[in-house]
Amino acid sequence: MSSNNRTINFGLAINEALRQMMQTDAEVILIGQGVKSPWYVGNTCNGLVSDFGEERVIDTPVSENAMTGAAVGAAIAGMKAVVVHPRVDFVLYALDPIINQAANWHYMNGGKSSVPVVFWLIVNRGGEQAAQHSQALHSLFAHIPGLKVVAPSTPHDAKGLMIAAIRDQNPVVFIDDRWLYGLKEEVPAEIYEVPIGKGILRKSGSDVTLVSWSAMAREAQMAADELEKEGIGVDLIDLRSVKPYDEALILESVRKTGRLVVADGAWKTGGFAAEIIATVCEKGFDKLKAPAVRVCLPDCPAPASSSLEKVYYLTACDVVKAIKHIL
Amino acid sequence: MTYETSFLHSLYYLMLRIRKAEESLVEPILRGEIKTPCHLYSGQEAIATGIGAALDPTDYIFGNHRSHGHYLAKGGSLNEMIAEIYGMESGCSRGRGGSMHLISPEHGVLGIVPIVSGTISLAMGSALASSIRKDGRVSVSFFGDGATGEGVLYESLNFASLKKLPIIFACENNLYSTHLPISEIRTNAEIHKIAEPFGIKSYRVDGNDVLEVYEKAEEAVHYCRSGQGPVFMEFLTYRFRGHVGPDDNIQGSHTDIRPVNEIRQWLERDPIKLFEEKLKSTEALDEAIIEKMNREAEEEVKAAHAFCKASVKPREEDLYRYVFK
Repeated sequence: MSSNNRTINFGLAINEALRQMMQTDAEVILIGQGVKSPWYVGNTCNGLVSDFGEERVIDTPVSENAMTGAAVGAAIAGMKAVVVHPRVDFVLYALDPIINQAANWHYMNGGKSSVPVVFWLIVNRGGEQAAQHSQALHSLFAHIPGLKVVAPSTPHDAKGLMIAAIRDQNPVVFIDDRWLYGLKEEVPAEIYEVPIGKGILRKSGSDVTLVSWSAMAREAQMAADELEKEGIGVDLIDLRSVKPYDEALILESVRKTGRLVVADGAWKTGGFAAEIIATVCEKGFDKLKAPAVRVCLPDCPAPASSSLEKVYYLTACDVVKAIKHIL
Repeated sequence: MTYETSFLHSLYYLMLRIRKAEESLVEPILRGEIKTPCHLYSGQEAIATGIGAALDPTDYIFGNHRSHGHYLAKGGSLNEMIAEIYGMESGCSRGRGGSMHLISPEHGVLGIVPIVSGTISLAMGSALASSIRKDGRVSVSFFGDGATGEGVLYESLNFASLKKLPIIFACENNLYSTHLPISEIRTNAEIHKIAEPFGIKSYRVDGNDVLEVYEKAEEAVHYCRSGQGPVFMEFLTYRFRGHVGPDDNIQGSHTDIRPVNEIRQWLERDPIKLFEEKLKSTEALDEAIIEKMNREAEEEVKAAHAFCKASVKPREEDLYRYVFK
């Protein structure tokens, strides 16, 4: 297949990353609920069992804590383990192996041992699924020293970040969103990495800096396109990695625009949008011409009923409104 | 079963070495020189020693808060352990881990953590790696009776059995979960029975009899290594000290937990004394050898403290070192 003019969707981009990593390195394993079936993980694991066998592609009992610990233990023994939680909410049973163990491991063992594991967590918001199938918890993981956190918004970045995460010697939390799985774009067929910690400028403008990632990056793109029609120039940053994040790219943009809006598809209080704004206040306060603004979920669990979902989830309109408010 | 005298001596010496290393920490703890919480292994030496002797150097172990003995029995450096307890750069975890995070990957000591049950699933993961690689290694997770209250133990028993993983679940039942006697945490004190519903081979072993521990551990290791699946082992034992530090948790003292008669009875079953008597009765050991080995172990421990005293603490500017690889 040519690496040019080939489009695949977000789910298949992840599938390709997993397949290529498993092909090139016999030490890569995939473990978690649903890897044998599209029921939980969409098309991301298509064909992996038949290609690599049930020894390396391990569908599991519903035991999130032990299965995550098993992935961490296999990584301590030198394998490169990817453990998937098909709903991010399920991973809360497994915070001990992620936070107490994997995140602290290299430090508390004085660099004598590392944990090359990927915690792949899928957000599955909307669809009246209510509070326990939909939570976006990247801020929680970003708070923890020793963890890296990535949150791609495009098929290209999903593949490149999954490859980078598997190759990284440290524990990486890879968070994606089922809302993105249908997106299609050109994706190189070869193996490539999107570097962890590097954001990307999606659109250039001089009026306001708009920072987002994961599913909110799509809404931000629509908002920027809409504002362009009205003559408002948005410098649009897709962060791609939440930790470490591309501080330099944001500061450079704010230096140019003097205005900052952060759109995060997670709760406002104690969230990552606040972290970004705090950093800009510390390092670029004199460049701000207006208050920096957060566009975040209301501090409220996700509701079931569609009438409430409509006001709970964020759209491009919310982003447009926030930007106009500070112009 | 008959054994080479040198093998019997090596078991005896290792138990002595562990005991003397542990007891050498008591005075420095009381003087405030050692601050890291030390959960002393005195009284349980036969378990680490017997299992350690049954394992190959390439096998893996994971430990818990009370793991000085496991680390030493698997070959970890005594010098580096003492240095780690004093928070030195020359410690096995470069002073970043302390007493509860000893490591020696080159000896298969893959990790030690104080989160109760925290390494059970990790050991299952290293066993999973061995089963995928078909490298013939066995993994051991050491945990205590308190860990039987944690859900992850049962999740792990199920999965290890399902996949026939080469792991030994080594439960050292010292009758106390921190401050609570076992009768206050379980309705059934026969911990070895918890593995049965999962179809896992299980043993109940006198944890103060080093040869019994060794023989049962040999069987278990062979069973795991030959691909027959996991083994659960309950070792009945008693810690001579309290949960943490040198305090004995005697009833009537400020920590007020253990009846003095119970402690006295278990001191009579000191695993080192029991083994010593057994070996003397078969003439594998005499007073001269006992004295010599005691002296050697003391000298080794003294040398480890001297190594530590000649070491330096980590530099302040290295605070962030090792957060990421």
